[in-house]
Amino acid sequence: MSAHSTAIEVSTKRGIWGGGNEPLKASYGKLMMWFFLLSDIFTFAAFLITYLAIRVSYPAYAGAAETFTGSNEYWPVPELVFEALPFLHGVHAPLIFVGIMTFILIASSVTMVLAVEAGHRNDRNDVVKWMLWTLLGGITFLSCQAWEWSHFIHGTDGGSLLTYVNGLGQNVTETVFGANLMVNEYGPAAFAQLFFFITGFHGFHVTIGVFLLFLCFYQAAVGVYDKRGHYEMVEKIGLYWHFVDLVWVFVFTLFYLI
Amino acid sequence: MEVQDTKSTLEVAPRNEEKIKKIWKTAFILLAITVAEFIMAFTMDRGILLYSLFIILTIWKAKYIMMEFMHLGDEAKPLFYSIIVPLIFLVWLDIALIKEGSDIFLMRW
Repeated sequence: MSAHSTAIEVSTKRGIWGGGNEPLKASYGKLMMWFFLLSDIFTFAAFLITYLAIRVSYPAYAGAAETFTGSNEYWPVPELVFEALPFLHGVHAPLIFVGIMTFILIASSVTMVLAVEAGHRNDRNDVVKWMLWTLLGGITFLSCQAWEWSHFIHGTDGGSLLTYVNGLGQNVTETVFGANLMVNEYGPAAFAQLFFFITGFHGFHVTIGVFLLFLCFYQAAVGVYDKRGHYEMVEKIGLYWHFVDLVWVFVFTLFYLI
Repeated sequence: MEVQDTKSTLEVAPRNEEKIKKIWKTAFILLAITVAEFIMAFTMDRGILLYSLFIILTIWKAKYIMMEFMHLGDEAKPLFYSIIVPLIFLVWLDIALIKEGSDIFLMRW
């Protein structure tokens, strides 16, 4: 057995081909979670690499940061797009909010790994405590993302004057506020499309994660895992939650730093 | 209805302080790398050097999350390699699509 894996007995209810044995010294559930995550890594990697490919196909904004205005002619500078904070209208705070979001997600990953550690020791009180913190972190992150999206969609006070082809195929020149899938005030249409699609897909994963965390928290609290004899479910849901954090690390670098 | 006895029959092991210390140490490293990235974003000139540093630091963070938080390093070697080796394909996809993107750039502008 590996040093960290939960000790579970080979189930007599399951045959050799039904998950009853542990070919790689990891249980059926854990192995399947790992291979699901591998496939999800490929999905996210395809999205993020597509982002990079489209980004390098546009010219980058080359002027001074102070005179930056959004245009669909060049790719925007992320720190000048994501620079707002809730409750502080008009304050220029580049990347501060997204930094806080990153911190929250990493913190919830830490509390998750502490819950897994408590699960190895069959310590129900510690599992419940750390799962609750993780759940709180997940919900806070989702709320932050909702605000981020809302701000991105509604846009800045000034907007940007753009010439673009609208939904009716007409060439129009007008001041655009915020972002949608057709046009956005920050950069080329693909910028907002990729932002919605990739952070949306990640947020969808976080949402599923929050449901799983709640399930795990509840089952641990009412003693399901004690009755089952092991806390392996905490470990499996933990793997998924860390994966969500892992993807965010890449989303953060590609969308907000580069 | 009978009141269910939810008292655990499992034996609770004491906290492994060494493991917990390692978890917090990893968390601190992740935080420190993120702060470093932040500082670099505002102090360094945008360009290939900065972007390469960002990507190296990100992969470094990913390594910590996978090895320490997800305990991949502690799994059996065949499992470890069956997760890590397929990721080599992504290196190729990355190179191919960035080349493709740069070529589109040259044709368009």
